[in-house]
Amino acid sequence: MQDTVVRVNDVSIQFRLYKENVDSLKEYLIKKFKQKLTYDEFWALRNINFEIKRGESVALIGKNGSGKSTLLKIIAGVLKPTKGVVQTYGTIAPMIELGAGFDMDLTARENVYLNGSILGYSKSELRKQEENILEFSELYDFFDVPIKNFSSGMIARLGFAIATIYTPDILIVDEILSVGDYNFQQKCHKRIQEMLSKGTTLLFVSHSIEQVKEICDRAILLSHGEMLADGKTEEVSEIYSSM
Amino acid sequence: MKKYINNFMKYRELLLELIRRDIKTKYRRSVLGMLWSVLNPLGMMVVLSVVFSNVFRANIENFPVYLMCGQLIFNFFNEATNVAMGSILGNASLIKKVYLPKYIFPTAKICSTFVNLMTSFIALLVVVVFTRTPIHPTIFLVIFPIIYVFLFALGFGIFLSAIVVVFRDMQHFYSILVTAWMYLTPIFYPIDILPNYLKIIVGLNPLANIIEMFREVVLYGAVPSMVLHVKCLVSCGIALVVGLYVFYKQQDKFILRV
Repeated sequence: MQDTVVRVNDVSIQFRLYKENVDSLKEYLIKKFKQKLTYDEFWALRNINFEIKRGESVALIGKNGSGKSTLLKIIAGVLKPTKGVVQTYGTIAPMIELGAGFDMDLTARENVYLNGSILGYSKSELRKQEENILEFSELYDFFDVPIKNFSSGMIARLGFAIATIYTPDILIVDEILSVGDYNFQQKCHKRIQEMLSKGTTLLFVSHSIEQVKEICDRAILLSHGEMLADGKTEEVSEIYSSM
Repeated sequence: MKKYINNFMKYRELLLELIRRDIKTKYRRSVLGMLWSVLNPLGMMVVLSVVFSNVFRANIENFPVYLMCGQLIFNFFNEATNVAMGSILGNASLIKKVYLPKYIFPTAKICSTFVNLMTSFIALLVVVVFTRTPIHPTIFLVIFPIIYVFLFALGFGIFLSAIVVVFRDMQHFYSILVTAWMYLTPIFYPIDILPNYLKIIVGLNPLANIIEMFREVVLYGAVPSMVLHVKCLVSCGIALVVGLYVFYKQQDKFILRV
């Protein structure tokens, strides 16, 4: 059993901000020819270093545009860093957006299988868990209705229910708990706490300091792509609120 | 290599699920549903047969079957590559949020169109029976041209899906290319009527070769020559290698460009 589950080693990522979007070959050639193909180099993250041990719950905090979501996406393997390496050990359940990959024309039940297979569950596993998903999402009368008729809260409930049917080694949560009503938020909290007690490692992004304090014992503060602080949630959130 | 195979096996269920989704949503809410996969080629065949046997004289023996063989293969290629082309752009929101092997999207589209092609063969069977075309034992060799057109469309579709992310013009340009390609493929005319220089071009057209092989086994009861097999295999190989290579080189840029 590995003790460190996430190792972020000197990670930097650069985005090129093209002044004008070049989407076509003709435009590209003309601009290239006229030497107008200018872009700004923008480092969204600079030299980020940290390790997360098994069972820790870590919050990433910072203002809008500080690089939190970018960092989560790198850890989830969606983005590749320009420099540095990220190593993760174990299964990752990314909850960067609930219901990414839902097909609006399919029913909730059909989407369970589609979304579940996107998250890497097998069909037989999903069949076993279908009842649990129905129960948790509370979509009793709507399970065989195309989800284009659903409210955003209902879609989020379904997404959360599918994403959390199994306990992953690493759970990545990006500001998704702000959807749904109070009851459902409480339910999500409970589910996350349950997973934490089973030894899941949590990476959490939220703008609500209260939520962060409630769930996480360690926090990392990002500002303009740089790591400002890493430590106990109380201390780091104090630095953040004094910024 | 082993890593790639393992990864593919892991996402095999997702591929099946995506194919199932495409098939389910394609005809959802239409009254006749899957039946359209049969009715569509039949209807097209009737229209074209009437046009070509009354307006233009094609003088081809058993024209309905001749036409349908070409039409089924070409339409499959056309539809498959077109839907595959938009598959990366269409799944942009997913690609930005979850790690997935990205080739799975164009592959799923090609496969679901392929399932459609299989259903369309019922239409061909109907026409064969209806025109009292003799059925030869070579019909079992039909598997070869079908596999070739699948592989060729797969390679080409994967290539297009990667290119279109970088150059969106491709979507518009491709429809012109396909039209030219269609006229350079003997679908509703016999290859003999072409002048020599065009015969050479058509001889290099992979789809023309595949359709020729398809007709040989279905219509003429001939065993395809080794040369024809080699021609088809080489074009499939080139399409797959170039497609996968370009896709592989481009795929890390997708998330920034879609």
